[in-house]
Amino acid sequence: MTTSADPGTERLSPALRTEALEQLLTERGLVDPKVMDGFIANYETKVGPLNGAKVVAKAWTDPEYRARLLADGTAAVKELGFGGPQGEHIVVVENTPQRHNVTVCTLCSCYPWPVLGLPPSWYKDPAYRARVVREPRAVLAEMGLELADDVEIVVRDSSSEVRWLVLPERPAGTEDLSEEELVPLITRDALVGVAKVAAP
Amino acid sequence: MDGIADMGGTEGWGTATAPRRDEPPFAEPWEGRAFAMTVLSMGRISGRNLDAFRHALERLPRVAYLDDGYYGRWLNAAELMLTESAILAPGAVDARARNLQGGHVEEPPAPAEPAKPDYTPTGPGSLREVPEPPRFAPGDRVRAKDMSPAGHTRLPRYVRGHVGTVEAVQPGHLLPDTHAHFEGENPQHVFTVAFDSHDLWGPDAESFSLTIELFDSYLEPA
Repeated sequence: MTTSADPGTERLSPALRTEALEQLLTERGLVDPKVMDGFIANYETKVGPLNGAKVVAKAWTDPEYRARLLADGTAAVKELGFGGPQGEHIVVVENTPQRHNVTVCTLCSCYPWPVLGLPPSWYKDPAYRARVVREPRAVLAEMGLELADDVEIVVRDSSSEVRWLVLPERPAGTEDLSEEELVPLITRDALVGVAKVAAP
Repeated sequence: MDGIADMGGTEGWGTATAPRRDEPPFAEPWEGRAFAMTVLSMGRISGRNLDAFRHALERLPRVAYLDDGYYGRWLNAAELMLTESAILAPGAVDARARNLQGGHVEEPPAPAEPAKPDYTPTGPGSLREVPEPPRFAPGDRVRAKDMSPAGHTRLPRYVRGHVGTVEAVQPGHLLPDTHAHFEGENPQHVFTVAFDSHDLWGPDAESFSLTIELFDSYLEPA
């Protein structure tokens, strides 16, 4: 770590040290840059919040799926083909006009990768991690979500390997939309509970 | 461990950031490289595990934890794991990075023998069967123990000593506190415990409830 360098020594950028580490590990055959490329591309293109949006759109249009999703999130998510690291045990909670769930990991930035991909920057920001468990209404307002005073807020701190997914409210005015038409409306932010889904 | 990683309820971080809808998974290419190498390093290369990785993160000095950002923090924890498993010599990454910059630094030779932990997982992932019945049931009042373990723990400071109500019994999981130190899986029941915000933060706090998953050994009857 650069912190062990001599005082006064220029602090090296993580970009440069990443390149150095990849060289060192590649020279010794411990990593294969091509394997890394595939791994990175998987999280850039395949494993992302689109998966979670598909889960929610199906739950909004298929009452039986919705019931299965709320009863056993892991199994219902797997029905759609989603699983893998950080998705061993997924619990889905429903937001309603009276009750709003929002998720966080105060100890690191645990997040349900198979359905939401890798966490966005605001989720990893100390301001979010530290404060949403202490003043969630204020934090959500700063992020653009004003909740009425009579809405009950439930904060879910993902301290173990249990991963939470929020099933947001289906917006009014979308009654005639199909499952496929609903998918693009559903943002990752709504699936964490820092936003609502807006009608088109 | 009462380190910098345990941020819940701490102050001084400023305002929260509004989400951007189309933020890419990696802001810069190096972040993806650091991510991939860390995932490989926490298991296959260093012989460590996810909990040991989290423990490496929480042992980083403040600057290495905060100033390099999220994937920089991962990179620094990967380097710590690889150094502790004697895959890398101390200072090897720093020396190579300076040479990449055009410096002329002598690089330390790679250690002769890796020193990976003597540890084999009993199965993939962290879900495990727990033979004993759960000690608590939904509705039970429980207290999070007031303890500050020197090693890794998933019991954040802000719930310690507080009384909550069991909301759900989750599947059993291996215990991070021992798993991170290669001292066994010790599978335990995990309970979702709900706390009232006023019990955590006092009478003037915002009104809300908070749930957190706590391992059996973090809890006592209240």
